[in-house]
Amino acid sequence: MNSATLEFYQVSYSIGGNLILDDLNFRIQPGRTLVLLGRSGSGKTTALKMLNGLLFPTSGSVWVEHRSTTDWDLIELRRSIGYVIQDVGLFPHFTIGENIGLVPRLKGWTPQRITTRVAELLDQVGLEPAQFRDRYPRQLSGGQRQRVGVARALAAEPKLLLFDEPFGALDPVTRVELQDQFLELRDRVKKTSIFVTHDVREALRLGTEIAVLHRGRLEVLTTPAEFLNSTGPEARAFLATL
Amino acid sequence: MIPPYLLQEMAQLTGEHLVLVLSSMTIAVGAGLPLGILLTRRASLRTPLLGFANVMQTIPSLALFGFLIPIPFIGGIGKRTAIVALVLYALLPILRNTLAGILGVDAAVRESAIAMGMTGRQLLWEVELPLAAPTIIAGVRIATVTTIGTATIAAAIGGGGLGVFIFRGIASVDTTQILAGAIPAALLALLSDGGFSWIERRFSVP
Repeated sequence: MNSATLEFYQVSYSIGGNLILDDLNFRIQPGRTLVLLGRSGSGKTTALKMLNGLLFPTSGSVWVEHRSTTDWDLIELRRSIGYVIQDVGLFPHFTIGENIGLVPRLKGWTPQRITTRVAELLDQVGLEPAQFRDRYPRQLSGGQRQRVGVARALAAEPKLLLFDEPFGALDPVTRVELQDQFLELRDRVKKTSIFVTHDVREALRLGTEIAVLHRGRLEVLTTPAEFLNSTGPEARAFLATL
Repeated sequence: MIPPYLLQEMAQLTGEHLVLVLSSMTIAVGAGLPLGILLTRRASLRTPLLGFANVMQTIPSLALFGFLIPIPFIGGIGKRTAIVALVLYALLPILRNTLAGILGVDAAVRESAIAMGMTGRQLLWEVELPLAAPTIIAGVRIATVTTIGTATIAAAIGGGGLGVFIFRGIASVDTTQILAGAIPAALLALLSDGGFSWIERRFSVP
């Protein structure tokens, strides 16, 4: 299976008496890209972290490939999920090549296969392999770093990709470039993806589905086309920013 | 100039001094590094352990050496007691810098490492320790330089080392003897400081 089914079943999460997620129920089919749209503090990042076992529901369950995250071997689960965050989180002491090749190495690929894969991925994200492979993250621009972040997430053929506001810190021009690249990748690799953002334009461009989260509750989950006619107050509030 | 009769003794006492410093630093790093790592994992131990190491630092060194003499097993007269005291002194900078170095690793980097499926051990060895290395080495460097100085007091409880010259020189009001102890100790401190700062740079992120 190279693309996963995801399911949130009556998921609630609270911490210190605050309800962060409130009875989330939805399912994503393989190969779809769900955008979680919401304000800061709406619980979208929390929902994302439920999928790779960085957090677990207080009640309810999250299912990846028909298996609850509590039943997964977490190391195995995480190695099969690509994860891209706004702060990128590249390892500053690893070269770009080592950063991208990390999960393949953890999974025990041969060095030769890793080298080939790294070159292929750098190409895919528009960075010249010979030029970038041996550089260190701090020698790259923000946009280049985030491209490496995407390449790293794709490296070990994950069945699921998680994006947590990956382009939020980039300038508008670079952001659009990376969104284009994301679309191209989305249509080519057809991995199930969850993309967290608070930018409604980005949501409309990148999602095959859009879910609006408001104070931990799912207000609506629909296609981008139908989302434009959505009547929910939070969805309207987001559409008003267009 | 140094009278020739002092030279041979200088060589011997410098050797003793080095043994004192190397043994206590080996023990201090061997204990302080794992303890510092433990402190990053168990926040509840931080206050008591750092508190203990802090208190040890506040005891005047001459007094600490003295306090240890009557304690069974670790105390008495001689090198062993001196090493125990030096270890207690060296612990704080190593503990504190190990803790600060590891806790100082960028949260996004740590979260990425976990989310990419690193085990706890891989996170420690491949991410936390390499990134904390310059800070940890700086702690060892501070500890070593102070230990070289403090080890001169070992002579007061029969631990040998360059302090022998200094105490003898003070007792006989002989500046030559004091300098014969102080100058090699200062040179050792300068050398190790330089050596460690070189190592520190080697471990810094390019």
